[in-house]
Amino acid sequence: MSEIAERVKNIIVDKLGVEASEVTTEASFTNDLGADSLDTVELIMEFEKEFGISIPDDQAEKIATVGDAVSYIEANAK
Amino acid sequence: MELKRVVVTGLGALTPVGNTVAETWENLVNGVSGAGPITHFDASKFKTQFACEVKGFNGADFIDRKEVRKMDLYTQYAIVAAKEAIADSEMDLEKEDLNKIGVIYGVGIGGIHTFEEEVLGYAQTKDTIGPKFSPFFIPKMIADIASGQISIMYGFHGPNFTTTSACASSSNAIADAFNYIRLGKANVIVAGGAEAAIFPAGVGGFNAMHALSTRNDDPQHASRPFSASRDGFIMGEGAGCLILEELEHAKARGAKIYAELAGVGASADAHHLTASHPEGLGAKLVMLNALEDAEMKPEDIDYINVHGTSTPVGDVSEAKAIKDVFGEHAYKLNISSTKSMTGHLLGAAGAVEAIASVLAVKNDIVPPTINHAEGDNDENIDYELNFTFNKAQKRTVNAALSNTFGFGGHNACVIVKKYAE
Repeated sequence: MSEIAERVKNIIVDKLGVEASEVTTEASFTNDLGADSLDTVELIMEFEKEFGISIPDDQAEKIATVGDAVSYIEANAK
Repeated sequence: MELKRVVVTGLGALTPVGNTVAETWENLVNGVSGAGPITHFDASKFKTQFACEVKGFNGADFIDRKEVRKMDLYTQYAIVAAKEAIADSEMDLEKEDLNKIGVIYGVGIGGIHTFEEEVLGYAQTKDTIGPKFSPFFIPKMIADIASGQISIMYGFHGPNFTTTSACASSSNAIADAFNYIRLGKANVIVAGGAEAAIFPAGVGGFNAMHALSTRNDDPQHASRPFSASRDGFIMGEGAGCLILEELEHAKARGAKIYAELAGVGASADAHHLTASHPEGLGAKLVMLNALEDAEMKPEDIDYINVHGTSTPVGDVSEAKAIKDVFGEHAYKLNISSTKSMTGHLLGAAGAVEAIASVLAVKNDIVPPTINHAEGDNDENIDYELNFTFNKAQKRTVNAALSNTFGFGGHNACVIVKKYAE
C-alpha cells in the first residue's frame, strides 16, 4: 500500500469509526462504511487538509470509494 | 381549564463535584469544592488559571464512538445527565406515548470549543487551500443540538427546543417544561441544562470582563459567596437533568416522586448588560412572580438556593432582594450558594441547583455555602441572615426556591415543595 493510501485509510478509520480491515480499496463510503452526506463532506475536507490540496465540489462528488480518493490524491497532491 | 400538577420523578447530574446525582449530593452536603487548576487547555498565560471542571469524563464510555465525535463536549454532558435521569425515573419507554415526551435543555453558550477549533482551522487554511470548515461545525456548535440529540437517542417526539438566557437558561428550561406539562401538552419533559465553556474563549472572554476570581494560588477557597474578600465567580461545567412529569401520569405508573414543582417565575432587570440591578429589582420581582405562581406565601419557603456567584455586586443585591421579599421571615429561612462548591455552571446552573433544591426538600438537609472565614464580613450584607456558612444544616425543608440570574438581566426562579396528595 502506498504511503498516500495509508494516510487516507487512517483518516477514514478515525473519522468514520470503522475498523482498518473494513477500509478496502473497493469500499464505498456510504454503502460499506456507514457514512452519511455530512460524513462524506468531512472526509473530503480532511483529505484536503492532510494533503494540502483543494478538491473542487464537482470532483469531490465523484469520490465514492477509498480507491477513488487515493487515485485522486495521488494524481493531485504536490 | 384546570392546570395539571407536575412532579419530579428522575434526576441526573454530571458536575464538578460528582459524576452522578448521588456523588454530587454527598459532596455538596459535605462541603467539598470542585475547583482546581484548568486541565482542558494550557491556561498559564490567562489571568484565571483554575476552574471547577468535571473529572474523569470520557464521552465514549456513554455514547457510541462514531456519534460522540459529532458532539461538542456540552452535548456529551447533556446526554450523560439525561441518561441518568431517564434511567432513574424507571419509565418503561416501550409503554409510553413517545409523542408526549419532550426535551427542553437550557444552554448559555453552546459549543464554544467547537467554534474555537473551527475558527482556528479556518485561520490556518484560508490563505493556502482556501477556507475550510467541518460540515459538523454548525450542528455541533448550535445551542439547541443537545435537545435534538437526546430526542434522536430516545425517539421522543414531544416539544423539543433549547432555552437560552445566559446563566438563567436551565431555570427557564424547567419553567417552560412546567408550563407545557401543566397545559397538558406533554406527559413528561426531560428538562435540564448543560455547559462546557472552560476553554480559551470562555475563560478569556469572562476574564476580559473582570468577572472571574483570580485567586490562582487557592482555587478551592476562591468561590466564597457573601464573604467580603470575594473577587469574582469560578467557572464550572457539566449538566443537570430533571424528569418532570404530570402527576396523574406519574401515579398511574407507580413512579417514585422526589418533589412537586410548585411554581416558576421570570423577569428582567432592564438595567445593564452584565451588572445586576443595585437594588435587586429584577431579583425581587422574579421571586414574587414565582411565589404568586405557586400560590405560596413567603413564610412557606424554608430554603433559598441563591444565584450567589461570589461577585462583588451580585451577592449584595440578591441578599437585599431576599430581605425585601421575605421581610422578617428572611431571618428564619436558610440561604446557601452551592456555587461555592460547584463553581458557576452557567447554562447548567439552574438545573443543577434545582436538583440541589429538590434533594434538600426530599432529605431535609440544606447544603452549605463554603469558604466563609470568621469575620470576613461585607458591610453591605446583613449577617443576621442565615447563609448556612461552611456546614450543612438539618432542618425541615417543606419548600425551596432556586434563583438564577443571567447576563442581559434575565432572572428565573423555580419553587419545589414536598409532594403531598
